[in-house]
Amino acid sequence: MPGNLGGVSSSPSAPDVLIRAHGLVKTFPKKHGEAFTAVAGIDFEVRRGEVFGFLGPNGAGKSTTMRMIGCVSPVGGGHLSLFGLDPNTQGPRIRARLGVVPQEDTLDVEMRVRDNMHVYGRYFGLPRAVIRERAARLLDFVQLTDRAEDKVEPLSGGMKRRLTIARALINDPEILILDEPTTGLDPQARHVVWDRLYRLKQQGTTLILTTHYMDEAEQLCDRLVVMDKGRIAAEGAPRELIERYATREVLELRFPLGEQEQAAEKLAGIGERLEPLPDRVLVYADDGEAALTEAHRRGLEPVTALVRRSTLEDVFLHLTGRTLVD
Amino acid sequence: MSTETISAAASAEATERSRRVPGGLVLSWRQFLYWYTFFYRTWRGTVLSAILGPVMYLTAMGVGIGTLITHGLPDGVTYLSFIAPGVLAAMAMQNGIFEGSFTVLGSVKWAGNYWAAVNTPQRPQDIMFGTAMQGLARTAGMSTVFFCAMVGFGTTHSPWSVLALPVALLTGAVFLFPMMAFSITLDSDQPLTVVFRFVMTPLFLFSGTFFPWQQLPEWMHPIAFITPLWHGVELCRELTLGTVTATSAAIHIGYLLVALAGGVALARRNFSRRLYLHR
Repeated sequence: MPGNLGGVSSSPSAPDVLIRAHGLVKTFPKKHGEAFTAVAGIDFEVRRGEVFGFLGPNGAGKSTTMRMIGCVSPVGGGHLSLFGLDPNTQGPRIRARLGVVPQEDTLDVEMRVRDNMHVYGRYFGLPRAVIRERAARLLDFVQLTDRAEDKVEPLSGGMKRRLTIARALINDPEILILDEPTTGLDPQARHVVWDRLYRLKQQGTTLILTTHYMDEAEQLCDRLVVMDKGRIAAEGAPRELIERYATREVLELRFPLGEQEQAAEKLAGIGERLEPLPDRVLVYADDGEAALTEAHRRGLEPVTALVRRSTLEDVFLHLTGRTLVD
Repeated sequence: MSTETISAAASAEATERSRRVPGGLVLSWRQFLYWYTFFYRTWRGTVLSAILGPVMYLTAMGVGIGTLITHGLPDGVTYLSFIAPGVLAAMAMQNGIFEGSFTVLGSVKWAGNYWAAVNTPQRPQDIMFGTAMQGLARTAGMSTVFFCAMVGFGTTHSPWSVLALPVALLTGAVFLFPMMAFSITLDSDQPLTVVFRFVMTPLFLFSGTFFPWQQLPEWMHPIAFITPLWHGVELCRELTLGTVTATSAAIHIGYLLVALAGGVALARRNFSRRLYLHR
């Protein structure tokens, strides 16, 4: 490992709370008609060294929450503090200690990769020599060393996202905030980004991220909140949430068009719970194979049948009645 | 790749220092440095066009059109000496408007560099002032080149002449800030074109730049008096022709300063609204 890349090393005093939110609200005035409430009173705490996730569909209030945490959107109501400071009055001081990877890349595409690091480092008032040293180390970390002298424009989406991550680490932030860091990337690029974030986690960097990729959240987050319509629907560790809101396994059954409704009726009573979706029926059961045997015994002949472990997707479905990714 | 050796302690100390957030001036300076880096690559082309433009302009006006015009001017003043200070102020206005337009809109809409800057200790007003500083620096550079050309063409007739330069810069600033305030609210560049055509061009033509404002019909005089450019043009001309009085200077500068304060307040407000998301 080339030194400490991600800023903070994990603190020995574990329950060191970096962010506290209580009854946090954000309301936007609409041009016509009544106000729109994007965040409707949420509570959470983020501790040093943990990876904390905000999960939810588009419009759930994740990004708005992230902007308030990033001190670029005034707190609309309730209480929010970072490092014990008030974002509405101490924004610059808090931002000096944050690293932010916005949802959309805000790189200077006409500048070279290295210049992007330089410009951003200067924004924090870091000396040139320190920026040069860190830029070299961070570009190496995100595997962009051989592109350091190239312009940003021709880089792929995944490379740009990695550069944005490297740039956000230039000030040795105590918290790295990532708003949908892998959205819009192809699976391969997503994997590389995710791998880098996993390394940061291992180094003890405090990460806050939003995503609607359940698998990623499950792997990476120590704790997460599921958001829906501006509220927190559930909070906990990924495994905990799955145990609480879903069975151990899920049986996914697909039926020919038009036969699904009948099939769902026949399935009644199998497993703990049924969840009919537009294209398939989910059977929540601790033993998926047994549930499938029972379905066959009742004379059902699904086109496809799949037994899998429950995921956060199932938790989300149970809590909100909707799937996460359309 | 060069391997720089910075001790962990030195690096940690730099981090520690970066946590102590400085005042608005330093934060604005950081934004200015961004623009310096951004434009550094193109400065040669900029300087070349900054020098060629005025020389061509003054040659065409003085040697060309100027020799045809002998009536209606103040006694003993050549046409070239008449328009040169007017063009100095009008070009500063034009510069101010341009610097406050695409730079700002591009930063918020296309390049997104403002959205990066706002995640650092810079506040919206620091970003605004830093951008304004670079716009003013470029306006000052252009105006200085033009002023040197004016001296070269023998159009400066008074020891006060050199003060026309800061007055031109003030005139540019009076237009820069409101233009920034406008551009930061936009999502496309079409409204900019409207401003260039229907605000900037009429001002350029009818603020006494190319002909004495007394030539305008009587009813248009009050309109001329309320445009900031008219005050800039008049004062620059009074300074280079040596007709300036304490009273006239006070009125013109006073007016320009009030307009400047209004523009700055508006720009501050609009930058904060857009960058500290109220959306």
